[in-house]
Amino acid sequence: MELELSSRDRAMLAGDLGPASRLAMRILVRMAAIWRAASLLDITGAHIDSALYVGDATLEYAEHLAELGARVAVPTTLNVSGVDTAAWQEWAVPPDWAAKAHRQMVAYEAMGCRSTWTCAPYQSEPRPAFGDQIAWGESSAIVFANSVLGARTERYPDLLDICAAITGRVPAVGLHLTEHRAGTVLIRLAELSERIQQDDAFFPVLGHLVGSAVQGGVPVLAGLATHPTEDQLKALGAAMASSGAVALFHVVGVTPEATTQAAAFHGMAPPREITVSLADLRDARRDLDTAHGAKLDMVVLGSPHFSFTEFQRLAELVAGTTRHPAVRVLITTGRGVKLMAERAGLLEPLERFGAELAVDTCILTSPMLPDHVRVLMTNSAKYAYYTPSLLGRQMAFGGLRDCVRSAVAGRVEHDEESWRE
Amino acid sequence: MVPGEVSGELLVGRAPISFWGGYDPATGTIIDRRHPLAGTVASGRILAIPGTRGSSTTTAILLEAIRAGTAPAAIVTAGVDGFVALAAIVAEELFDRTIAVVALEPTAFAALPDCGRAHVSSDGTIDLT
Repeated sequence: MELELSSRDRAMLAGDLGPASRLAMRILVRMAAIWRAASLLDITGAHIDSALYVGDATLEYAEHLAELGARVAVPTTLNVSGVDTAAWQEWAVPPDWAAKAHRQMVAYEAMGCRSTWTCAPYQSEPRPAFGDQIAWGESSAIVFANSVLGARTERYPDLLDICAAITGRVPAVGLHLTEHRAGTVLIRLAELSERIQQDDAFFPVLGHLVGSAVQGGVPVLAGLATHPTEDQLKALGAAMASSGAVALFHVVGVTPEATTQAAAFHGMAPPREITVSLADLRDARRDLDTAHGAKLDMVVLGSPHFSFTEFQRLAELVAGTTRHPAVRVLITTGRGVKLMAERAGLLEPLERFGAELAVDTCILTSPMLPDHVRVLMTNSAKYAYYTPSLLGRQMAFGGLRDCVRSAVAGRVEHDEESWRE
Repeated sequence: MVPGEVSGELLVGRAPISFWGGYDPATGTIIDRRHPLAGTVASGRILAIPGTRGSSTTTAILLEAIRAGTAPAAIVTAGVDGFVALAAIVAEELFDRTIAVVALEPTAFAALPDCGRAHVSSDGTIDLT
């Protein structure tokens, strides 16, 4: 298929708008051919995951673009970086890593990206509107933007997101186009009791299960007994985007493109159906948990980054208690949400409890954990999914209540009540 | 997807992989504990996988591996996988070195033997040797 380019696209390709937009457009055009796009389309915003330092190659790419004079053409936010620049010395981050991660941050800031440094920009920054065409990186943010906000983005990988931001253009393919946003598989939840649906680990476990079962495509969830909060939808999507390549889901009666089941499937019959049982959920919950005993070194919360409402809930849960002296408690969040929580007085109860905060990054993207921290616990399916292979550590999994209770007890504890047959 | 002329040992994994958390660019080893090829060194071999899944950092890890010389010599996928192709394209634009990327029809991918040697030609054909 011949790719149709605008005169501005062709000018960029010819280098008329500078060497950086030439390189970005060259990469975009090659990707457009691979994806068999007929044309490119304009975007109104971008969210960049490429700023995460993972080694010399990504740093070289960033500094090369910055040296070529790259500037973003649309409002652009930045995902997590490789280092909490304000407090990395308090953690196990090697100084050389911190220096290089910081250089990579500076390169993207120099291109005109906003210093948001969060994987959940929708929690503190202006949100894209329904139907907006955007280019977002970060799997958990992509699935939130598409599903919960109804904005339109493909799964932009590292390296390509910044090309879209520099040119303001993306290949007109995939989830940018209405026809690819229809549901591909119906997930029936009606068999599940209201009690299990109200457990605070239900949504991440369900997301882990659905992502593993469907791998890709657009799952449509039907039969929810309750109206999920944004925090729950965030946890659901992040889990699906970890265990599967899910970039869009619909929840009938909840998300904006699924006012009815028929609307979610664009009037077609569901091509495939999966009925979820309690036994399936129990298996998925067990799969997320890689801890072997009760030993616990650290509770870690905030993947995706902790929200203002999650800070509120945690502040209530920890009121009047303190953590066990042997268990550290770490919350990872964005600098914007931290500021909001601070102003609302939500950080004081957490400090009294003994919790620590890290901003701009997380345990998966910064080598911050001390060696002796071997067994962690989290309420995040994403942390639970990636920690064993990325960090070589064990991760217990439980709801927020279980995490707080375990931090106080000094050992991994679960409330099994809702999970019994 | 990205042309290259490569001969090598075929390494076939029938499940998709996330390179972020699944591939160690320092050693070229597959470290995704959920993957059937976990613990296998893919560096320099012809890696055949259905595609990638999950994190958008997969491309960055593959770029690191290409730069470090620890990437597979070629990656063969079932259908088009833009993440694999992108890393190879950026490596070519940036470092003037890359790996071959071939997208097979899913039926042709399913017909690949589990092991053996293969030759990837720059026109995208794969010969079992």
